[in-house]
Amino acid sequence: MTLPPFQAVLDEHRHGVHRYLVASVGIHDANDCFQETMLAALRAYPSLQHDDNLGGWLYTIAHRKVIDAVRARDRRPVPVDTLPEHRIELADLGDGEVWSVVDDLPPKQRTAVLLRHAADRPYHEIAAVLECTEAAARQNVRAGLARLREEMSR
Amino acid sequence: MTSVEAATAAFLKRAEKEGLIDVSYTTVDTPVGPLGVATTDAGLVKVALHPDEEPFLEELSTHVSPRILERPAKLDDVRRQLDEYFDGKRTTFSLQIDWQLSHGFRRMVLEALFSQVHFGQVVSYGELAKRVGHPKASRAVGTAMATNPVPIVVPCHRVLQAGGRVGNYGGGPEMKRQLLTHEGALLA
Repeated sequence: MTLPPFQAVLDEHRHGVHRYLVASVGIHDANDCFQETMLAALRAYPSLQHDDNLGGWLYTIAHRKVIDAVRARDRRPVPVDTLPEHRIELADLGDGEVWSVVDDLPPKQRTAVLLRHAADRPYHEIAAVLECTEAAARQNVRAGLARLREEMSR
Repeated sequence: MTSVEAATAAFLKRAEKEGLIDVSYTTVDTPVGPLGVATTDAGLVKVALHPDEEPFLEELSTHVSPRILERPAKLDDVRRQLDEYFDGKRTTFSLQIDWQLSHGFRRMVLEALFSQVHFGQVVSYGELAKRVGHPKASRAVGTAMATNPVPIVVPCHRVLQAGGRVGNYGGGPEMKRQLLTHEGALLA
Protein backbone atom coordinates (compact mmCIF):
# COMPACT_ATOMS: atom_id res chain seq x y z
CA MET A 1 0.00 0.00 0.00
CA THR A 2 1.20 3.50 -0.84
CA LEU A 3 0.38 6.27 1.59
CA PRO A 4 0.02 9.72 0.04
CA PRO A 5 3.03 11.96 0.72
CA PHE A 6 2.52 13.64 4.09
CA GLN A 7 2.46 17.00 2.30
CA ALA A 8 -0.86 15.95 0.72
CA VAL A 9 -2.33 15.19 4.16
CA LEU A 10 -1.10 18.53 5.46
CA ASP A 11 -2.47 20.43 2.45
CA GLU A 12 -5.86 18.76 2.65
CA HIS A 13 -6.39 19.04 6.38
CA ARG A 14 -4.38 21.86 7.91
CA HIS A 15 -7.07 24.53 7.58
CA GLY A 16 -9.81 22.29 8.97
CA VAL A 17 -7.64 21.04 11.83
CA HIS A 18 -6.68 24.59 12.68
CA ARG A 19 -10.32 25.75 12.67
CA TYR A 20 -11.30 22.82 14.88
CA LEU A 21 -8.49 23.65 17.31
CA VAL A 22 -9.26 27.38 17.41
CA ALA A 23 -12.92 26.63 18.10
CA SER A 24 -11.97 24.06 20.77
CA VAL A 25 -9.19 25.77 22.74
CA GLY A 26 -8.95 29.36 21.45
CA ILE A 27 -6.44 30.81 19.08
CA HIS A 28 -3.57 31.04 21.55
CA ASP A 29 -3.47 27.35 22.45
CA ALA A 30 -4.52 26.34 18.93
CA ASN A 31 -1.10 27.19 17.53
CA ASP A 32 0.64 24.83 19.98
CA CYS A 33 -2.01 22.13 19.58
CA PHE A 34 -1.64 22.34 15.81
CA GLN A 35 2.10 21.77 16.01
CA GLU A 36 1.67 18.90 18.47
CA THR A 37 -1.02 17.33 16.30
CA MET A 38 1.02 17.44 13.11
CA LEU A 39 4.23 16.30 14.81
CA ALA A 40 2.45 13.32 16.37
CA ALA A 41 0.85 12.52 13.00
CA LEU A 42 4.14 12.75 11.12
CA ARG A 43 5.85 10.58 13.73
CA ALA A 44 3.23 7.84 13.45
CA TYR A 45 2.54 8.16 9.73
CA PRO A 46 4.85 5.47 8.29
CA SER A 47 3.35 2.83 10.59
CA LEU A 48 -0.23 3.40 9.37
CA GLN A 49 -1.63 0.19 7.93
CA HIS A 50 -4.13 1.76 5.56
CA ASP A 51 -5.30 5.15 4.34
CA ASP A 52 -9.06 4.49 4.48
CA ASN A 53 -9.85 7.27 6.93
CA LEU A 54 -6.85 9.59 7.12
CA GLY A 55 -9.11 12.47 8.17
CA GLY A 56 -10.59 10.46 11.03
CA TRP A 57 -7.10 9.41 12.10
CA LEU A 58 -5.74 12.97 12.03
CA TYR A 59 -8.72 14.52 13.85
CA THR A 60 -8.46 11.81 16.50
CA ILE A 61 -4.92 13.00 17.19
CA ALA A 62 -6.10 16.65 17.19
CA HIS A 63 -8.90 15.75 19.59
CA ARG A 64 -6.40 14.15 22.01
CA LYS A 65 -4.29 17.30 21.88
CA VAL A 66 -7.38 19.34 22.74
CA ILE A 67 -7.98 17.15 25.79
CA ASP A 68 -4.31 17.57 26.82
CA ALA A 69 -4.50 21.34 26.37
CA VAL A 70 -7.70 21.65 28.39
CA ARG A 71 -6.21 19.53 31.18
CA ALA A 72 -3.02 21.59 31.19
CA ARG A 73 -5.06 24.78 31.33
CA ASP A 74 -7.11 23.48 34.25
CA ARG A 75 -3.88 22.73 36.10
CA ARG A 76 -2.15 26.03 35.57
CA PRO A 77 -3.33 29.13 37.39
CA VAL A 78 -4.73 31.52 34.82
CA PRO A 79 -4.56 35.24 35.61
CA VAL A 80 -8.11 36.49 35.66
CA ASP A 81 -7.57 39.24 33.11
CA THR A 82 -6.53 36.76 30.41
CA LEU A 83 -9.75 34.78 30.63
CA PRO A 84 -11.98 36.98 28.50
CA GLU A 85 -9.40 36.92 25.71
CA HIS A 86 -10.26 33.33 24.90
CA ARG A 87 -13.90 34.24 24.31
CA ILE A 88 -13.07 37.30 22.29
CA GLU A 89 -10.82 35.35 19.96
CA LEU A 90 -13.43 32.65 19.52
CA ALA A 91 -15.79 35.41 18.51
CA ASP A 92 -13.37 36.29 15.71
CA LEU A 93 -14.44 33.12 13.97
CA GLY A 94 -17.80 34.76 13.53
CA ASP A 95 -20.85 33.66 15.50
CA GLY A 96 -18.87 34.21 18.68
CA GLU A 97 -21.90 33.77 20.83
CA VAL A 98 -22.52 30.33 19.40
CA TRP A 99 -18.95 29.17 20.02
CA SER A 100 -19.00 30.23 23.64
CA VAL A 101 -22.25 28.35 24.22
CA VAL A 102 -20.70 25.31 22.52
CA ASP A 103 -18.16 25.28 25.36
CA ASP A 104 -20.95 24.28 27.73
CA LEU A 105 -22.17 21.26 25.78
CA PRO A 106 -21.45 17.72 27.04
CA PRO A 107 -17.99 16.68 25.72
CA LYS A 108 -19.14 14.29 22.97
CA GLN A 109 -21.73 16.69 21.60
CA ARG A 110 -19.26 19.54 21.78
CA THR A 111 -16.59 17.63 19.84
CA ALA A 112 -19.17 16.42 17.32
CA VAL A 113 -20.58 19.91 16.72
CA LEU A 114 -17.13 21.50 16.37
CA LEU A 115 -15.87 18.81 13.98
CA ARG A 116 -19.03 19.12 11.91
CA HIS A 117 -19.48 22.86 11.91
CA ALA A 118 -16.06 24.42 12.62
CA ALA A 119 -13.99 21.93 10.60
CA ASP A 120 -16.62 20.70 8.12
CA ARG A 121 -15.84 17.03 8.65
CA PRO A 122 -17.88 14.12 7.22
CA TYR A 123 -19.64 11.84 9.71
CA HIS A 124 -17.36 8.85 9.20
CA GLU A 125 -14.45 10.96 10.45
CA ILE A 126 -16.41 12.29 13.41
CA ALA A 127 -17.33 8.68 14.23
CA ALA A 128 -13.63 7.74 14.18
CA VAL A 129 -12.77 10.54 16.60
CA LEU A 130 -15.62 9.70 18.99
CA GLU A 131 -15.05 5.96 18.57
CA CYS A 132 -18.72 5.42 17.81
CA THR A 133 -20.90 4.55 14.81
CA GLU A 134 -21.74 7.10 12.13
CA ALA A 135 -25.34 7.02 13.34
CA ALA A 136 -24.21 7.90 16.85
CA ALA A 137 -21.98 10.67 15.46
CA ARG A 138 -25.00 12.15 13.65
CA GLN A 139 -27.05 11.85 16.81
CA ASN A 140 -24.39 13.73 18.81
CA VAL A 141 -24.31 16.56 16.26
CA ARG A 142 -28.10 16.70 16.19
CA ALA A 143 -28.47 16.67 19.97
CA GLY A 144 -25.73 19.27 20.34
CA LEU A 145 -27.35 21.60 17.84
CA ALA A 146 -30.77 21.16 19.42
CA ARG A 147 -29.33 22.10 22.78
CA LEU A 148 -27.57 25.12 21.29
CA ARG A 149 -30.80 26.32 19.72
CA GLU A 150 -32.50 26.00 23.04
CA GLU A 151 -29.74 27.91 24.85
CA MET A 152 -29.66 30.65 22.24
CA SER A 153 -33.41 31.18 22.24
CA ARG A 154 -33.48 31.80 25.96
CA MET B 1 0.99 35.54 7.76
CA THR B 2 -2.32 34.02 8.89
CA SER B 3 -2.27 32.01 12.06
CA VAL B 4 -2.59 28.71 10.18
CA GLU B 5 0.43 29.64 8.06
CA ALA B 6 2.39 30.59 11.17
CA ALA B 7 1.42 27.32 12.86
CA THR B 8 2.40 25.34 9.75
CA ALA B 9 5.78 27.08 9.58
CA ALA B 10 6.39 26.37 13.27
CA PHE B 11 5.42 22.71 12.75
CA LEU B 12 7.86 22.33 9.83
CA LYS B 13 10.67 23.85 11.84
CA ARG B 14 10.12 21.45 14.73
CA ALA B 15 9.67 18.46 12.39
CA GLU B 16 13.03 19.22 10.84
CA LYS B 17 14.69 19.67 14.23
CA GLU B 18 13.33 16.33 15.41
CA GLY B 19 14.53 14.61 12.24
CA LEU B 20 11.00 13.62 11.18
CA ILE B 21 11.25 14.66 7.53
CA ASP B 22 12.69 11.88 5.40
CA VAL B 23 12.20 13.43 1.96
CA SER B 24 12.04 17.12 0.96
CA TYR B 25 10.96 18.15 -2.51
CA THR B 26 10.28 21.13 -4.70
CA THR B 27 9.87 22.08 -8.34
CA VAL B 28 12.60 23.87 -10.31
CA ASP B 29 11.81 25.79 -13.51
CA THR B 30 14.28 25.14 -16.31
CA PRO B 31 14.46 25.68 -20.08
CA VAL B 32 13.39 22.04 -20.57
CA GLY B 33 10.35 22.54 -18.34
CA PRO B 34 9.65 22.22 -14.63
CA LEU B 35 11.63 19.49 -12.86
CA GLY B 36 10.55 17.77 -9.66
CA VAL B 37 13.54 17.35 -7.35
CA ALA B 38 13.69 15.45 -4.06
CA THR B 39 16.39 15.00 -1.47
CA THR B 40 17.03 12.90 1.64
CA ASP B 41 19.72 13.48 4.25
CA ALA B 42 21.97 11.28 2.07
CA GLY B 43 21.60 13.41 -1.06
CA LEU B 44 19.59 13.98 -4.22
CA VAL B 45 17.30 10.97 -4.56
CA LYS B 46 14.97 11.85 -7.44
CA VAL B 47 14.67 14.12 -10.46
CA ALA B 48 11.29 13.93 -12.19
CA LEU B 49 11.34 15.22 -15.77
CA HIS B 50 7.56 15.59 -15.94
CA PRO B 51 6.55 16.17 -12.31
CA ASP B 52 2.93 16.92 -13.20
CA GLU B 53 2.39 13.67 -15.08
CA GLU B 54 4.71 11.37 -13.18
CA PRO B 55 3.62 10.01 -9.77
CA PHE B 56 7.13 10.59 -8.39
CA LEU B 57 6.00 11.43 -4.87
CA GLU B 58 4.07 8.15 -4.72
CA GLU B 59 7.21 6.33 -5.85
CA LEU B 60 9.17 8.03 -3.08
CA SER B 61 6.43 7.24 -0.56
CA THR B 62 6.54 3.54 -1.45
CA HIS B 63 10.28 3.09 -1.78
CA VAL B 64 11.78 5.67 0.58
CA SER B 65 9.28 6.99 3.14
CA PRO B 66 5.85 8.68 3.20
CA ARG B 67 7.29 11.40 5.46
CA ILE B 68 7.57 13.70 2.47
CA LEU B 69 7.22 17.48 2.70
CA GLU B 70 7.58 20.32 0.24
CA ARG B 71 10.53 22.39 1.40
CA PRO B 72 12.15 24.44 -1.34
CA ALA B 73 14.92 25.74 0.97
CA LYS B 74 16.31 22.21 1.39
CA LEU B 75 16.90 22.14 -2.36
CA ASP B 76 18.50 25.57 -2.77
CA ASP B 77 21.85 24.05 -3.72
CA VAL B 78 20.27 21.71 -6.27
CA ARG B 79 18.28 24.59 -7.77
CA ARG B 80 21.36 26.83 -7.94
CA GLN B 81 23.43 24.15 -9.67
CA LEU B 82 20.67 23.38 -12.16
CA ASP B 83 20.31 27.11 -12.91
CA GLU B 84 24.06 27.37 -13.47
CA TYR B 85 24.05 24.29 -15.69
CA PHE B 86 21.27 25.64 -17.89
CA ASP B 87 22.93 29.09 -17.95
CA GLY B 88 26.06 27.42 -19.36
CA LYS B 89 28.09 28.28 -16.24
CA ARG B 90 28.41 24.75 -14.90
CA THR B 91 29.50 21.53 -16.57
CA THR B 92 29.80 19.25 -13.53
CA PHE B 93 27.29 18.79 -10.73
CA SER B 94 28.87 18.61 -7.33
CA LEU B 95 25.97 17.06 -5.49
CA GLN B 96 25.69 14.06 -3.19
CA ILE B 97 23.50 11.40 -4.80
CA ASP B 98 21.31 9.11 -2.73
CA TRP B 99 21.32 5.99 -4.92
CA GLN B 100 18.77 4.04 -2.93
CA LEU B 101 16.20 3.90 -5.75
CA SER B 102 18.69 2.05 -7.95
CA HIS B 103 20.18 -1.38 -7.29
CA GLY B 104 22.75 -3.90 -8.47
CA PHE B 105 23.89 -3.77 -12.08
CA ARG B 106 21.75 -0.74 -12.91
CA ARG B 107 23.25 1.25 -10.08
CA MET B 108 26.79 0.22 -11.06
CA VAL B 109 26.18 1.42 -14.64
CA LEU B 110 24.65 4.72 -13.46
CA GLU B 111 27.54 5.37 -11.07
CA ALA B 112 30.03 4.74 -13.88
CA LEU B 113 28.08 7.09 -16.14
CA PHE B 114 27.99 9.77 -13.44
CA SER B 115 31.74 9.67 -12.82
CA GLN B 116 33.05 8.99 -16.32
CA VAL B 117 30.89 10.55 -19.03
CA HIS B 118 31.31 14.30 -18.88
CA PHE B 119 29.63 17.39 -20.29
CA GLY B 120 29.84 17.45 -24.07
CA GLN B 121 30.68 13.75 -24.40
CA VAL B 122 28.44 10.94 -25.61
CA VAL B 123 28.73 7.14 -25.47
CA SER B 124 26.70 4.34 -26.98
CA TYR B 125 24.86 1.75 -24.90
CA GLY B 126 27.43 -0.81 -26.09
CA GLU B 127 30.43 1.34 -25.12
CA LEU B 128 29.02 1.94 -21.66
CA ALA B 129 28.45 -1.82 -21.33
CA LYS B 130 32.12 -2.34 -22.18
CA ARG B 131 33.25 0.26 -19.66
CA VAL B 132 31.53 -1.58 -16.82
CA GLY B 133 33.07 -4.87 -17.95
CA HIS B 134 29.92 -6.42 -19.45
CA PRO B 135 30.37 -5.87 -23.20
CA LYS B 136 27.32 -7.97 -24.08
CA ALA B 137 24.98 -6.20 -21.71
CA SER B 138 23.99 -3.22 -23.86
CA ARG B 139 20.28 -4.03 -23.44
CA ALA B 140 20.67 -4.12 -19.67
CA VAL B 141 22.50 -0.81 -19.91
CA GLY B 142 19.47 0.53 -21.80
CA THR B 143 17.23 -0.60 -18.92
CA ALA B 144 19.56 1.05 -16.42
CA MET B 145 19.23 4.34 -18.34
CA ALA B 146 15.45 4.01 -18.55
CA THR B 147 15.22 3.56 -14.79
CA ASN B 148 17.68 6.34 -13.85
CA PRO B 149 16.14 8.00 -10.77
CA VAL B 150 18.18 11.21 -11.14
CA PRO B 151 18.26 12.13 -14.86
CA ILE B 152 20.11 15.26 -16.05
CA VAL B 153 22.38 15.18 -12.95
CA VAL B 154 23.26 11.55 -13.72
CA PRO B 155 23.55 12.13 -17.47
CA CYS B 156 21.68 9.29 -19.18
CA HIS B 157 20.97 11.79 -21.99
CA ARG B 158 24.63 11.31 -23.02
CA VAL B 159 24.03 7.66 -23.91
CA LEU B 160 23.04 7.17 -27.55
CA GLN B 161 21.98 4.28 -29.76
CA ALA B 162 24.49 2.64 -32.08
CA GLY B 163 25.24 4.87 -35.08
CA GLY B 164 24.73 8.01 -33.01
CA ARG B 165 20.95 8.02 -33.12
CA VAL B 166 19.56 9.96 -30.19
CA GLY B 167 17.22 7.17 -29.05
CA ASN B 168 14.73 7.13 -26.22
CA TYR B 169 14.57 9.39 -23.19
CA GLY B 170 12.38 9.56 -20.11
CA GLY B 171 11.56 13.18 -20.90
CA GLY B 172 11.00 12.38 -24.60
CA PRO B 173 13.56 12.42 -27.43
CA GLU B 174 13.09 16.17 -27.94
CA MET B 175 14.30 16.91 -24.40
CA LYS B 176 17.28 14.64 -24.96
CA ARG B 177 18.14 16.54 -28.15
CA GLN B 178 17.79 19.86 -26.28
CA LEU B 179 20.18 18.73 -23.55
CA LEU B 180 22.75 17.38 -26.02
CA THR B 181 22.55 20.57 -28.10
CA HIS B 182 23.02 22.66 -24.95
CA GLU B 183 26.16 20.65 -24.15
CA GLY B 184 27.47 21.07 -27.70
CA ALA B 185 27.34 17.34 -28.36
CA LEU B 186 24.74 17.81 -31.10
CA LEU B 187 24.65 20.57 -33.66
CA ALA B 188 21.71 22.88 -33.10
